[in-house]
Amino acid sequence: MNDMTKIEGAIEMNDMKISAKGVQVYYGDTHAIKDVSVEIEDKTVTAFIGPSGCGKSTFLRCLNRMNDTIDICRVEGDILLDGEDIYDKRVDPVQLRAKVGMVFQKPNPFPKSIYDNIAYGPRIHGLAKNKADLDDIVEKSLRRGAIWDEVKDRLHAPGTGLSGGQQQRLCIARAVATEPEVLLMDEPCSALDPIATAQVEELIDELRQSYSVVIVTHSMQQAARVSQKTAFFHLGNLVEYDDTTKIFTNPEDPRTESYITGRIG
Amino acid sequence: MTDAAFPDGAEGAAPRTTSSLLTQDTRTKKRNAAEARFRAYGIAAIAVGLVFLAVLVSSIIFKGVGAFQQTFITLNVELLEEKLDKSGTRDIEAIKKVTTFGYNPLIDAALAQAIADTGIENPFSKGKDLRKMISSGAAADLRDHVIENPDEIGKTVSFRLLASSRVDGYLKGRVTRESLARDKNLTPEHLDIVDALAGAGVVTKAFNTDFITGADASESRPEQAGIGVSMLGSFYMMLVVLACALPIGVAASIYLEEFAPQNWFTDLIEVNISNLAAVPSIVFGILGLAVFIQFAHLPQSAPLVGGLVLTLMTLPTIIISTRASLKSVPPSIREAALGIGASKMQTVFHHVLPLAMPGILTGTIIGLAQALGETAPLLLIGMVGYIASNYPDGVIEGFMSPNSAMPAQIYEWAKRADPAYYERAWGGIIILLVFLMTMNIIAIILRRRFERRW
Repeated sequence: MNDMTKIEGAIEMNDMKISAKGVQVYYGDTHAIKDVSVEIEDKTVTAFIGPSGCGKSTFLRCLNRMNDTIDICRVEGDILLDGEDIYDKRVDPVQLRAKVGMVFQKPNPFPKSIYDNIAYGPRIHGLAKNKADLDDIVEKSLRRGAIWDEVKDRLHAPGTGLSGGQQQRLCIARAVATEPEVLLMDEPCSALDPIATAQVEELIDELRQSYSVVIVTHSMQQAARVSQKTAFFHLGNLVEYDDTTKIFTNPEDPRTESYITGRIG
Repeated sequence: MTDAAFPDGAEGAAPRTTSSLLTQDTRTKKRNAAEARFRAYGIAAIAVGLVFLAVLVSSIIFKGVGAFQQTFITLNVELLEEKLDKSGTRDIEAIKKVTTFGYNPLIDAALAQAIADTGIENPFSKGKDLRKMISSGAAADLRDHVIENPDEIGKTVSFRLLASSRVDGYLKGRVTRESLARDKNLTPEHLDIVDALAGAGVVTKAFNTDFITGADASESRPEQAGIGVSMLGSFYMMLVVLACALPIGVAASIYLEEFAPQNWFTDLIEVNISNLAAVPSIVFGILGLAVFIQFAHLPQSAPLVGGLVLTLMTLPTIIISTRASLKSVPPSIREAALGIGASKMQTVFHHVLPLAMPGILTGTIIGLAQALGETAPLLLIGMVGYIASNYPDGVIEGFMSPNSAMPAQIYEWAKRADPAYYERAWGGIIILLVFLMTMNIIAIILRRRFERRW
C-alpha cells in the first residue's frame, strides 16, 4: 500500500491526455454507452473494469475510432486528444490510429515474419529512411516489447509460430513501433497463462514511462496491480472513476463495492 | 438390487430393470438401428454415384479412344514430270497451277500398283472407284508436299496417305460387309483389297496426331477432322475471360465485401449476383448476340465475343467465391492492421487479399473450367458449325477471326450424319475432360501452395 501512495503522488504531476465528455454510443437501437465522461492522464495506466457487456471495450474502441468500422455504430459527445476533437470532420481516423495504438484481446500477429510484423507500421507511416533505420526500429520495438531476446535469432520466422504470450508481446511491440502517444489494450492477457500475463504486466508498467496506457481487464487483481487510475463501468454507465487505491480500498458507490467484492458481475 | 432394496415393491416408480451396461435397452437399440440405416443410405448413395461415374468414364474412353487411331495407306507414288511440271523448269508458279485433280491419277496408279504387288486381282477398271479407299483430302496433301519440295518431281516417293473413313471404320469394326449393302460409298470388293493390303503392311493403323492438332474438315472427310483449331479458339476465349472476369470480379467483390455500406441497395446487388449465377447460360448467349454483335458490331463467331459472353457468365461465380474467401479472412487481421494506422485500402491489399488469394484463385479456375465447357451461349453467337478450316494468322486474327470452341466442336461433330464423326465427338470429349482435369489439378495445387495459416 505504501507503494501505491508513492505512485499516487507521481500522478499529480501528469497532464491530461484524453478528455471525454458526455460520450454516448449506440449500436443501432441499443444504447451501449450512456453519458460517459473521463479524463485520462499522460504517462499513466488507466484500467477499465466492469462485468461483461458493460461497455468498457466499446468505450475503449471509441478512443481510436475503431468503432467507425462497424456500420451501425454511432458515437456522440466529445473526445479530445491533447485538446483536439478526434471526431472532428477533418480528422482522418488513419492518422489518429497511428497516434493511438491498440492491442487486442486475442493475439493477432500478421501471418508474416516477426520482422515484417514490426516493420509494417513504420513502413506505411514512413518512419524509417532506410533499411538500417528500419532494423533499428524493429530491434528497439522488440526490446520494448520485452521479446527481443527470445526472437532475435529468428526474425524471419513467421510471427504466428510463436507461443500465445510471445505473440501478444509481439503485438505490443508492433503497436509500439509506430511511436504512438496512447496505447489501448483490450483485455490483453485474457488468452494468456499466468506466466505470460506477468510478463505482459511488467511490460505495461515499463510502457507507462513513455505512454499513456488504457487497459480493459476482467481481472480486478490485474487492474489493482498495473493501474494507477481505475474506471468502473456498469450497464453502459461510468459508475466510478478514481485512483486505483481508492477504488479498491474505499469505493464511494455501493455498486463498485459489490463488484470488487464479487457480489455482482 | 432394486428388489433387494424394496422387497415388497412398495416403491411407486417402476424400477429400472435393465440398468446393466452389458445389455442394450430398446431405446438405444432403436437409436443404433437408425444410425446404421443412415450410414447404409450414405454408402449406397456414394456407391451409386461411383458406379455412374465408372460407367460414364469407361463409356467415354471406350467410344472415344478410336479417334486417336487412324488408318493410313502407305503408297509409293511416282511423281510424273509430264503431269506435274510439263515445262520441266521446276517453276513454282507453274507447279501451283496443277490442281488436286492432276494428282488423283498418280494416286490411282500407285494404289493399283500396290494391289498388284500383293497379288490379288483388281476388280475395278476405273481409278475413281479404287480411290474411294483413300481420303479425298489425300490429293491435297500430296500437292502441298510437291509444292514444298519441287525437286522431288520425277522421283518415286513413299507417302503415308489417309485412308477414307469407311476403310478406317472397317479396321475399327464400325463398318462391316453387311452394313455396306446400304452404303454406296464402298463395296465388299474394296474390303477384300483392304484385307490383302493390311496383310501386306500397306494399310496400317497409327496414332492420330492430326486429330489433336488439326482443323475441322467438311462433312465428307471425317478422317481429316481435328480439334486443334477449336482448341486454339477455346484458348483465346479463356484469355479474354481471364483478362476481363478476374479483375472485374475481384474488384467488385472487394468493394462489396470491404468498402460498401450495408444497406438495401447493396443487399439488392448481392441477391442479384446470386441469382445471376443461376441464370441459364443461353440467356447470356442471347444477351451477347444483342449487345456485342448487333449493337457493338463486333465480328460474329469471334473468340473475342465468345470470351466476353463467357465473362458475363463467369463473373457471378468469381464474385461469389471471392467474397466467400474474403469473408473467411479473420476480422482480427483487419483490426490488427487498422489498429496500427493502416488505411482501409492498405489493410485490404496488404493483409486481407493475400490471405484470400488461394480461395480467389480456386474460384477463378473453377469459373474458367465452367466457361471452357460451356456450349449454349456459343450457339447464339455463331461459334458452332463448320467454321475454321485453318489456323488463324497471328494473335489479333486469333481473337477476331471466326473460330469454334472445343465443346462447340464436339456438339457439331455429334450432330453430323457420318458415324465416323460420332467417334470423333467422343474423342473430343476425352480431350476436353483432360483439359478440365488439368485446370482442376492446377486449382488444387495453387490452393495448397498459397494456403497459409493464421
